[in-house]
Amino acid sequence: ATPPASRSLRGSVSLGDEAVCPGIEAHDRAWRGGAELLFDGVKKHQVTLPGQEEPWDIRNLLVWIKKNLLKERPELFIQGDSVRPGILVLINDADWELLGELDYQLQDQDSILFISTLHGG
Amino acid sequence: MCQVGEDYAEPASEEPPPRQPGREQKCVKCKEGLPVVVIRAGDAFCRDCFKAFYIHKFRAVLGKNRLIFPGEKVLLAWSGGPSSSSMVWQVLEGLSRESAKRLRFVPGIVCIDEGAACGLSPEARAKTLAEMKLILQTVGFPWHVVALEEVFDLPPSVLRCFAQEPVETEGAYKAAVDSFLQQQHVLGAEGAGDSPSLAQGEEQLSWPCTQDPQNPQSPDRPPTAAQTEALSRLFDSVKTLTAKEELLQALRTHLILHVARTHGYSKVMTGDSCTRLAIKLMTSLALGRGAFLAWDTGFSDERHGDVVVVRPMREHTLKEVAFYNHLFAVPSVFTPALDTKAPEKASIHRLMEAFMLRLQDQFPSTVSTVYRTSEKLVKAPRDGCAASPPGPRCLLCMCALDIDTAGLCLPSPGCSEEGIGEWVLGFSSPLVPSAPLYLQTVPRLLGLRLPCICPRRSPPPHRPLHPAVLQGWGGCRAAVGGPGPVRGAALLSQGGPPSLRHRAAVLRLPREHEGLALPGPPATLHLGRGPAPQPEGLHRAADPGVPG
Repeated sequence: ATPPASRSLRGSVSLGDEAVCPGIEAHDRAWRGGAELLFDGVKKHQVTLPGQEEPWDIRNLLVWIKKNLLKERPELFIQGDSVRPGILVLINDADWELLGELDYQLQDQDSILFISTLHGG
Repeated sequence: MCQVGEDYAEPASEEPPPRQPGREQKCVKCKEGLPVVVIRAGDAFCRDCFKAFYIHKFRAVLGKNRLIFPGEKVLLAWSGGPSSSSMVWQVLEGLSRESAKRLRFVPGIVCIDEGAACGLSPEARAKTLAEMKLILQTVGFPWHVVALEEVFDLPPSVLRCFAQEPVETEGAYKAAVDSFLQQQHVLGAEGAGDSPSLAQGEEQLSWPCTQDPQNPQSPDRPPTAAQTEALSRLFDSVKTLTAKEELLQALRTHLILHVARTHGYSKVMTGDSCTRLAIKLMTSLALGRGAFLAWDTGFSDERHGDVVVVRPMREHTLKEVAFYNHLFAVPSVFTPALDTKAPEKASIHRLMEAFMLRLQDQFPSTVSTVYRTSEKLVKAPRDGCAASPPGPRCLLCMCALDIDTAGLCLPSPGCSEEGIGEWVLGFSSPLVPSAPLYLQTVPRLLGLRLPCICPRRSPPPHRPLHPAVLQGWGGCRAAVGGPGPVRGAALLSQGGPPSLRHRAAVLRLPREHEGLALPGPPATLHLGRGPAPQPEGLHRAADPGVPG
C-alpha cells in the first residue's frame, strides 16, 4: 500500500497463534498459526495503511485486510463486517472487547493480532 | 439454547460494550491492574489475576474430582494444538511448585502423527514432527510419538473393555506382560525408588531417552509407505467429512489407549476445553450419540475399563486458552487437521462449531449453558464398565450398545436395500440382533458397496455378541477378505490391521458412526438418573413398516 498525502499509519497485523488464524510472530520456538494459511502462509505483516479522510478503525482495517492480504476464502476469516466468530482479536496484546472492538481507532505502531480458536485452524 | 430471544437476549442487549479506546477500566479482581482480557461478559482481568485464575481453575478441577492418585502414571494426550499444549504446560507448572502444592502424578506425553489421514506430504510431516519434538524435549516428560499408521499394528485386544474381561486372550496377555515389564524397566531406570513425583530438575536425568526405547514397535520409526498408502486409502474410502472425523477420532483413541496400556498408564488426560466440549455435545446429539453424552463430554470417561480418560481443561474456554497461551508464551504446533480450510458446512462437526460460536457471539452464555448441561448428565449404571454385565459394545467407540436387543427385527429382504442384501443375509440370524444394522453401516462407513461378499463361512454366534465372542470370531476376517469387488474391504484384509480387519468384520456399529449416511433413530438425551431409554427407533430403522 502506498501512503498518499494525508497521514498514514504503520503497524503490524499478525496472524494465527494457533489454530486457525493469526498468531504472533514468534519470539520463541514454535509459533505457527493456522490463520496464516489464508494469508499466503505469512504470519506477520508489517503494513502501512494509506491516509484517508475518516480515521482508521478495525472495521476499515478488516476491509483493507480482505482486499490486500487475504489470499483465499475470505469467508473463513471475515463474516459480515467483523471477524468470523471464533477468531479472537488482540490489539497491542489486549482483548479488543476492552477497546471498543470494531470501533477502536488505530494508532500509529499498533499491533493487531488475530488468533483463531476454530478447529483445524 | 432453545430460548433464543428470551432470557438470553437481555445480557447481550444490555451489556454496554466499552466504547472508549482508552482503557480506564480496572481489573475486577485486584481493582488495580490494567485489564487485558474479558472473560465473562464484563469481567475484565489483568494479566496477573488472569494467570492466577487460570491456574487455579486447572488445579481445582483436578482437586474436585479426586481421580488422579499420587504416583499414578498419567498420559497427556498432546495434539500440538492450543488446549492440549496449555494442559501440558499446566502440568509442568504444577509439578514445579513447592512441595505442598505440587501435583503428584507421573506424567508422560503421547502425540499421534495424523499427517497421513490429512494427506500431508512426508516432508510436511517430518517438519511438524521436528517442531513437536523440540517442544517435547523442552518439556522433558517421557514421550511417545506414534504415527496413525500404527493402527495397522494394533492387536485386536484394543477393542475390548479390559475391566470386563478377566479371561485374557493371547494378545491382551502379551500387552499386559509388556506393560508389566516396561513398568519394571521404567522403575529400574528411575533408580532407587525416588519419590514418584519428580522435581523438575530430575526429569531430564530420570528419563534421558524419552523415545520409548523399550518397545521396538512404537519408536520413532517412520511408517512404511505402504502403510501410509493404506491409511490414506482407508480415509479416501470414507465419503463424508463427518465420518472421517469420527473414524479418525476412534482410531486416535485406540492408539492412545494402546500406548497407555503398554506403558502402564492408568489415566489419560485430554485437552478438551469447555468450548470444545459444548460443541462436541451438540455434535454428538446430532450424530445420534445422545445416550453417550456423559462419557463423551464428562470429566472422566471410564468406558475403557482399565484406562480412564479425564478432561482437566473442561472448565477453560478456548478464549481463555488462547489468551493464556499468547500472554505466557505457551508453545503450540499448528498441524493441519482434516477440516483445515474446509467450508463451514463441510461436516456436522464444522457446522455445529460455527453454529455454537455464532450463537455465543450474540448470546454470551451459550457455551457455558450447554457446558453446564453436560455436567448434569449422569452415566447410566448399566453402561458402567464395572457395574453392568458385559453387553454388546460398539467396537469403534466402546460404548455399550444402547439397543433393545430382543426387539430388533430379523434381517429381512426389507433390510437388504442397495445390494447389501447378501451381506445382511450372510450374517443373518435371530441371535445376532444388530447384524443388519452394523452390516449396513460398515460398508457405508467405508463408502462401499459390497454386493458379492457372502460371508457364510462365519458361524453365527449364539448370543448377542459378547466381546469375548467377538475375539474368537475369526471367520469374519476371511469373510471380509473374500472375493468380490474390493476397494476398502480388500484394503482391510490385505494390509489390514488385525484390529481393523476384525472390526470391519464383526463391527456392530451403532448409528452414531454413520455420519450423514443413514437416517438414524432420534437421539436420546439421557438426563437424570435411571437407565437410558431404549430407543425404539431401531425397529423403525430396520423395518420402516412398523409404526412407532
